[in-house]
Order: sequence, then C-alpha cells, then structure tokens
Amino acid sequence: MSAISRDDVSHLARLAHIDIPSDQLDHYAQQLDAILEAVATVSAVDTADVVPMSHPVPSTNVFREDVPGPSLTASEALAGAPAVEDDRFRVPRILDED
Amino acid sequence: MSEAVISYDEVLEKFDPVMGLEVHVELGTNTKMFCGCSTEFGAEPNTHVCPVCLGLPGALPALNKIGVESAIRIGLALNCTIAEWCRFARKNYFYPDMPKNFQTSQYDEPICFDGYLDVEIDTDEGRKTFRVNIERAHMEEDTGKNTHMGGATGRIHGADYSLVDYNRAGIPLIEIVTKPIEGAGKYAPEVAKAYVAALRDILRNLGVSDVKMEQGSLRCDVNLSLRRTPQDELGTRSETKNVNSLRSVERAVRYEMTRHAARLLAGERIIQETRHWHEDTGITTSGRSKSDAEDYRYFPEPDLVPIAPSREWVEELRAALPENPAVRRARIQESWGLSDIDMQTLINADLLDLVEEAVAAGVSIEAARKWYTGELSRVANEREVDVASLGITPATLVRIEELIVSGGLNDKLARQVLEGVLAGEGDVDAVIAARGLAVVSDDGPLLDAIKDALAADPSVAEKIASGKIQAAGAVVGAVMKATRGQADAGRVRELLLEHLGVSE
Repeated sequence: MSAISRDDVSHLARLAHIDIPSDQLDHYAQQLDAILEAVATVSAVDTADVVPMSHPVPSTNVFREDVPGPSLTASEALAGAPAVEDDRFRVPRILDED
Repeated sequence: MSEAVISYDEVLEKFDPVMGLEVHVELGTNTKMFCGCSTEFGAEPNTHVCPVCLGLPGALPALNKIGVESAIRIGLALNCTIAEWCRFARKNYFYPDMPKNFQTSQYDEPICFDGYLDVEIDTDEGRKTFRVNIERAHMEEDTGKNTHMGGATGRIHGADYSLVDYNRAGIPLIEIVTKPIEGAGKYAPEVAKAYVAALRDILRNLGVSDVKMEQGSLRCDVNLSLRRTPQDELGTRSETKNVNSLRSVERAVRYEMTRHAARLLAGERIIQETRHWHEDTGITTSGRSKSDAEDYRYFPEPDLVPIAPSREWVEELRAALPENPAVRRARIQESWGLSDIDMQTLINADLLDLVEEAVAAGVSIEAARKWYTGELSRVANEREVDVASLGITPATLVRIEELIVSGGLNDKLARQVLEGVLAGEGDVDAVIAARGLAVVSDDGPLLDAIKDALAADPSVAEKIASGKIQAAGAVVGAVMKATRGQADAGRVRELLLEHLGVSE
C-alpha cells in the first residue's frame, strides 16, 4: 500500500519549488514510500515514557545582551549576490504581492 | 477594481460582524532579535546586516534578552498568562524578503496567551467599556524591504524584478492576535479603532516601541466576517493587510462589512483571501488567495534553546510595569485642570499624546490644545490623514508661541506660518522670512498706510476729529488689509489717533 499519494508528491514539489512532470509522480511516490518505510523502523521503539526532545542539550534561556556588534558593509554583504542594483539585492519577482 | 457595496445601515439590519485583529509591533531594541546588527531606521541599504540576518550558511542565531523581556512585559500589560516553557519555530516559505527561506517565529507555543484589553467607545447610551480578548502574543522577526521595479502598465511581465534591502530583516516583532471579537454590532469599526489605539498607548507607555504607524513600526491586519445572526457559525473571513493608521482601521472594517454584505446578498461566496487596503480610495482589493491552503511546514527551531521564564523574573517584570494609560489620563486631566468634555475631545481625536509632547516642550496647555484641536485638526481632516502624520514638531509650536508672546506674530499670521511649515517650506523662521509674514512693528510704514487710508476717504478724518472715535475702525481695517494682516491693530489705532491729534 502506498502511503504517499501522487497528490502528496505534487504538493511537496510545489512547496520545494521543483518541477516534477506528472508522468513521474508515481515514480517518486514509490521512492518516498520506500524511504519512509525504512525510517519508520524507529517507531518500533517504545517511547511511551519518553518526553519529546527538540534540542540535543537540556538547556534553556540562552540570551545575548542587547548590545550592537559589528555588521558587514554593503559591498561585503552583496559580494555573493548574483545581481546587485543600488546597493540592494536584485531578485526576480517570484510572487504577486503587496 | 472596486466591488459592489451596500449601505452600512443595511449591513446592520441583515448581518452580525465578527472581527479578528492582528497587530505587529516592531520593538525598539538596540539590536535585532537574533544578531547584533543595529535596528536604527533609515540607514543606507544593506549596512545593518551580518551572516545571521542574511541567512548565510552556518550562521547561528543568538537571542536578544531585551526582545524576550519586552514580549513578557507586553503580555503582562495585556493581562496574559506567560508561558513557563516555549520554543521558537521555523515558518518556511519562499520569498526573497527572508533570505533564510524561513522566518523564525513561534507556532503552537506562544510566550504570552489568554489575555484581554478593555477599550472605551462612545455609544448611543454614552461611554461604554468593551472587552477585547487576546488569543496570544508571540515573538518573531521582521522581513527585509522589497522595492518592486518595473511592472508599470505596458511593461513585459517578465521584466519585473525587485530590489531587496535586509536592514529590517531580523528586527524583533511581537505579533498580538485577538480572539474573534463578537458582539460589537454597529460599533465594530469603533471597537477596532479603539483597540488599536489602546494597544498603541500601552506599547508606547511600556517604552517597548516607538509605535509609529506611519513608519510601519505598528501594523494592523484586519480580519472580518459576517453572519446572519450571532447564533450562526462564523462566516468566511477576509484578511486586510497593512492597515496603517487608526482612521484606516475604522474605515477598513466598515468597508469590508459593506463589501461582504453586498456579496452575500447577491448569493456569492466570500473568498478567503488577503486584501490590500488603499488609503486614498478607502477600498480593499483582492490579494493572494488562501484557497491553496498555506503550508509553512512549521517545526521547532533547532538552533535556539527553549525559553523558560522563571516565575521570579516574570513577577519582577510585573512589579516594574509603568502606570496604566487609563490611570495616566486621569492624572493628566487633573494636573491640566481639564473638564471631562475637554479631555474626551483630546482622547477621541487622538491628540492627547501630541498635546502632552508639546506641553512638555514648553508650549502652554491652552495654546497646545488650541493648535491641535483647531488649525491642525482642520488641515488633517482636509487632507484625510491623522494629525500625527502632519509632522508638526513641538519645536514648531514652541517657536510660534514665542513669537506670538513677543508680538512678532498674531494669530492670523501664525496660521499662515503653520500653513507654510505644513507645505514643507522650512521651519517657522524660514517661512516667516520667505513669505514676509512678521508683524510690521515699524511705525513708518504703518503711518504711511494710515495716511493712504485717510486720503481715500477724507470724511473719516473729520468724523474722528469731531469725536466719533468709533469711525477709527474703518481706517484700522483698511490698514490691516493694506498690510495683509501683518500690522498690530492696537498700534495702528494709537498711531491714527496720535496723527489726528485726538485723545480717547
């Protein structure tokens, strides 16, 4: 039984901004299924008494004082940008928006 | 494109409005939420950025303590419970305003929840208190600023692009979300405005933000839906984004009520979507549709450890909260000696802070009230903006009052000076110099003008000489006219009588 549907694959592809032709959706659904199945072996572990962990270290309240530190210059910040205009990052318009 | 609407009265006959208000407030911390970059407004583009707020690989966030403290103080001032333990979450989305491709926010574990804010509104039965329940207040970060280039009519769609400045990306934000606001009925627009105004007062009073709606440090999203009766389930809502003045909050609620009602009466569905508010035309237009349900794939932020504010810390912050704005108002009213009506006038017109600021700068209470409730309100009303956004500084009013007291200006000229300042012609002295508005205090030109007026109607001189001193009024009037109001009427009268050798 396939747990991942064609619709799931198509939804994930949209979220990840990748194009998957419709004739390949089944192919990826099967692959994702196999991967999930492999990972699912961890669910065999009895976790009834285990508190879910989101961080590997059991610490809380790690704060920084509100004191300004060094920033980059505009030319340093923009050095890796594929396109620059007026000291700003130039990006393609990707969504209709505000 | 504007849509059909129906009259507000008809909406109320047939529907019951429910609102939800989301307010984003930019904190006034020195540094960003997760890095040490400055939050100062108006810097050169991309100069307040670093590997963390640019989302460069390997960069790790470090949480601003004052950001967390401010969030807790806001929660306490809004009567919220403060979480004993909570985490940040990643809100994933593709949009170039967030270079990390996610916004660090809070999802199902907000730091503050279950609060309320009591607001006052004027009703047909007098002033009433209306309780707005607060669902949550959570911490997150602001996004960068996009400037869209091209895209004007006639441009090829593909030629459009955006320029991004990340100075704002990472500035601490607190998002404050109400529970559905029900039962406001016809007062829904007033309740929405009063809530945002009261919230703004509280935030300013806490000193956590400069809460300048016109600069975007306080932004409001208005959710609205209609249902036939209060017993019905909630209708489909629209979410109007970035409604950025108190007046607009009220107008946007009213407009959306009339728009929803028109659609529903025509048998159409309300589309769940974001809408854009247009300040100039007072309408909303369709933005992004939410029918393709958003999926932000929230998950706990692995790079930040949980926050567990100790009860001692929370109580310490609670004990140090400043005077509540309502208490402050009572105190101001007493110290200024204002009647209830005078005080209410200032509050309703949202002028109390401006007047208080002017008074603190040295303007007399009476003059500050007169300028703000009079001339400045009139101009703001004419321009359909908030008085605050006229940008008149206390220093301007201080200077005008100095000149009035010293005789350099009279009321009429002062209004012209203000007009010049409002038109961007410079400060008070610059406008006076450029427009030649100072009171004419040199007797020579006044005497010349008196002689001209007398020559124009010699009979007046005879009347005055024969004891009909009231006839002097006509001459004084003529001189004021000739000097375009720049003479001191009392001095003109003295000179006139002196010139004719008449004593009173």
